[in-house]
Amino acid sequence: MERRTFLKIGAGTAGTLLVPVFGNAIAAEELLNPLASSFKKSLADTAMDAAKKAGASYCDVRIGRYLNQFITTRDLNVESVTNTESTGVGVRVIAAGAYGFAATNTLSPDAVAGAARQAVAIAKANAKLQTEPVQLAPAKGVGEVSWATPIKRDWRTVPVKDKADMLIAANKAGLAAGASFMTANLFQVNQQKYFASTDGSYIDQDIHRLWAPINATAVDKASGKFRSRAGLAPPVGMGYEWFDVKPEHKIRAAGGVTTLYKGGYDIVEEARNAGRQAREKLTARTVDPGKYDLVLAPENLFLTIHESVGHPTELDRVLGYEANYAGTSFCTLDKWESRQFNFGSKIVNFVGEKTTQGSLGAVGYDDEGVPAKRWDIIKDGILVNYQATRDQAHIIGEQESHGCSYADSWSKVQFQRMPNVSLVAGKNRLTPDEMVKDVKKGIYILGRGSYSIDQQRYNFQFGGQLYFEIRDGKIGQMLEDVAYQSNTQDFWNACTAICDERDWRMSGSFFDGKGQPSQVSAVSHGTATTRFNGINVINTGRKIG
Amino acid sequence: MKQLNAEEAKQICDRVLGMAKADECSVTLSGSRNGNIRFARNSVSTAGLNEDRSLVVTVAYGKRQGTATVNEFDDKSLERTVRRAEDIARLAPENPEYVPMPARQDFKASAEYVAATAAIDPDYRAEVAAHAITEGRKRKLVTAGFFTDSTGFQTIANSKGVFGHREYTGLNFTCTARTEDGRGSGWVTRAAVDAQRFDAREAVDVAIEKALRSVDAKAIEPGRYTVILEPAATSEIVGRMVNAFGARQADEGRSFLAKKGGGNRLGEKLFDEQVNIWTDPWDKDVPVSPWDTQAMLARRRTDLVKNGKVASLDYSRFWAQKNGVPPTARPGNFIMAGGTQSLEELIAGTKKGVIVTRTWYIRMVDPQSLLLTGLTRDGTFYVENGKIKYPVKNFRFNESPVTMLNNVDGLGKPVVIGGEEVPYQMVIPPMRIRDFNFTSLSDAV
Repeated sequence: MERRTFLKIGAGTAGTLLVPVFGNAIAAEELLNPLASSFKKSLADTAMDAAKKAGASYCDVRIGRYLNQFITTRDLNVESVTNTESTGVGVRVIAAGAYGFAATNTLSPDAVAGAARQAVAIAKANAKLQTEPVQLAPAKGVGEVSWATPIKRDWRTVPVKDKADMLIAANKAGLAAGASFMTANLFQVNQQKYFASTDGSYIDQDIHRLWAPINATAVDKASGKFRSRAGLAPPVGMGYEWFDVKPEHKIRAAGGVTTLYKGGYDIVEEARNAGRQAREKLTARTVDPGKYDLVLAPENLFLTIHESVGHPTELDRVLGYEANYAGTSFCTLDKWESRQFNFGSKIVNFVGEKTTQGSLGAVGYDDEGVPAKRWDIIKDGILVNYQATRDQAHIIGEQESHGCSYADSWSKVQFQRMPNVSLVAGKNRLTPDEMVKDVKKGIYILGRGSYSIDQQRYNFQFGGQLYFEIRDGKIGQMLEDVAYQSNTQDFWNACTAICDERDWRMSGSFFDGKGQPSQVSAVSHGTATTRFNGINVINTGRKIG
Repeated sequence: MKQLNAEEAKQICDRVLGMAKADECSVTLSGSRNGNIRFARNSVSTAGLNEDRSLVVTVAYGKRQGTATVNEFDDKSLERTVRRAEDIARLAPENPEYVPMPARQDFKASAEYVAATAAIDPDYRAEVAAHAITEGRKRKLVTAGFFTDSTGFQTIANSKGVFGHREYTGLNFTCTARTEDGRGSGWVTRAAVDAQRFDAREAVDVAIEKALRSVDAKAIEPGRYTVILEPAATSEIVGRMVNAFGARQADEGRSFLAKKGGGNRLGEKLFDEQVNIWTDPWDKDVPVSPWDTQAMLARRRTDLVKNGKVASLDYSRFWAQKNGVPPTARPGNFIMAGGTQSLEELIAGTKKGVIVTRTWYIRMVDPQSLLLTGLTRDGTFYVENGKIKYPVKNFRFNESPVTMLNNVDGLGKPVVIGGEEVPYQMVIPPMRIRDFNFTSLSDAV
């Protein structure tokens, strides 16, 4: 499920305290001192020794220090600057064939040994209701290794004032271009994650992510109409160099309707375009419902991929672990076993991976210590694989995990989460402008809008930010009130053209929710501009009162 | 986690307020113990207990504000936290919309704490899961579910004289039962402050019955139908509407409550006159905090919709000051008036219609008209001449709660519902609604 909430409700079922999703607030200068690896190794060894002595057959220890900052601006005001930190240790064990997990925020040998013993006690209690023992795919210990997001500029070293000035400059540009109201936010994440296991791994990772969402709203008070245009730029697994934009980072959308970004981001230019386009939306022509050939920019298609391909190929959903919440999946094991399930047309190829530089999912190792890798999920339109963790690999006949384990905090147990799931670029040379030339009656859609899909991922309805009519091979006027509806399998079988590698880029979801209690993760999806023929478009315009 | 009483909590708050050198200081002290058990595939998958305490200190120098948090309570840690908050405030840019902290408020306690709920232990949780699992197995169903309980306290205080302390308990349970062949699915949700008002067996039986009845669903054409919406099916739809009652958005022209030509629609009749919605922190079924923590303002019983008219809007402290009106506390619950009929009686009075157990993945399509889209899930049935005839396939809907609440055909007896994606405890009746707009079919079971 794609969740939009940046804040979550705390203080139990009856509480109403708004707390940041990331952790506790601290001063910025404290964020730059990592815990020493030797200290973390010593703590991890203490926990693993205690777990083994208590009867565990396996133990892993995650020592996390999550450091974040978010800045919120509205028009020409900075509404808030929040620095947060969360530090602690999570211990997962297998004992009597069952999992147990316990966590502590006290970084002392006594506390972590206590957590380990508690985890073993929980495992033994859970074993009584266990139907079959946990079976982990083999994973060779990797020894003492480290990995870091390859950043050029650390957000923690950039003065808050410079960041706030940049966001305010963006708001100012949007307002000058036609917006009545502007917001610009900056989410900055640093996860210092240490993983150790009884397999012999001691992995130290330093992970960075950024997202700078903007939103422009134009109001026509006379008619009472208002329209918004959100930013099109993706969240990234990069440092602050994301904002050092160069000409080669700018991409001209089909027909030159706007500017898009890859590798660098001009937030002020984007805000200016958003302000202008929000104003244009007030007078855009309402769409005639019917069948259209859709040309979907990566900035729109990524979330369709996330919902209709990423989630249904999660093996835990297929097996029923999310049946009570996020749902199950239409991609059942029998369809995969047949090796004939026609997920999409022959040009449709999806890969799972956690290796693409700059993506939200990029890590050296997952939260079970499995090295990041790349594998096929849909091959030539056929469902060939899922996303799996160590305890799931044997179910699909794999000898090793896909490395899809993740927890959003040291205090939460790790479970199966989506890697980057991406549509492979087309093999034939094709640009978005060339793709549009082949369309008689179509719509070009950019940006993420309203997204909804059923719990088994068949029926969906998706919107966007910008819609342009395509008639007789040319991009025409702006449209509004557009949403496309389809069934996942029908939709991907209607895929008739994919632009080539030159147009391939990643967008992503920063707060993807799953599990009970819910956890969030961040993931990117790559694609080039892609065409789907004969898709049902509805008109969402309504009048009330 | 030690459950602090008012006196113990006040001592900590007073120490913190006394350490602050900034112009203003506020403190939020809280602690909670949250237990949970999750099960799936007729087996427990995870179980846990989280205990934590937290102190949030916010200070202001003029219009510059800073916040810091700690979960240790010795004098040194408290002092360090106050200094951190002051450091951040000095670094932060001025916020022209900053409003000085509120003065002393009168908080009338809500009956949020029940000892029976606070006494829930791992055995109790395991018993809830075990009942669902064993009943599921017995009926050849696969069950999945989540039970969570919480016990905690929260204290607020500031340098202008605000002080409040509350202790609370609560529980939530959801359970899904699916037939082994995946052709039927049923679901139930229950929320309570008092564990003695929660019956796991009763709840699980509802999910099981729905699962068994929903096998072999027929496809009927999407279109406009009379629907009988169970309370859980409307909770998130109506909750999203209540979320959009902000005065600022309406006055600025970017809300469904904005008036053509400027201003807002306060006082206008936007709904059927049977529609009455209010918030009340002291409601006996859904007691919530008597204050809005963020604003540190006392909550009041407030009508939101009265006989179909928009009765009030939310005024933040900034927007209230700008408009010369009193600020309002954001609600923590809402109650919608219903009738005396049971769900069964509503069904019995329906000539042709569709019963909806649960809605799913609701998202805003158009904030101008509050148009929402989403799907039905886990038990959708066709009714003819007052009787359930057969299960039907799930639908996608595109509907606005404003339109929906203009098409009220009957209201049943309200029940307690906990929010999943909206931050409210709710009391909502089952409703019979005319012309509900189903736009397509879903194959999902």
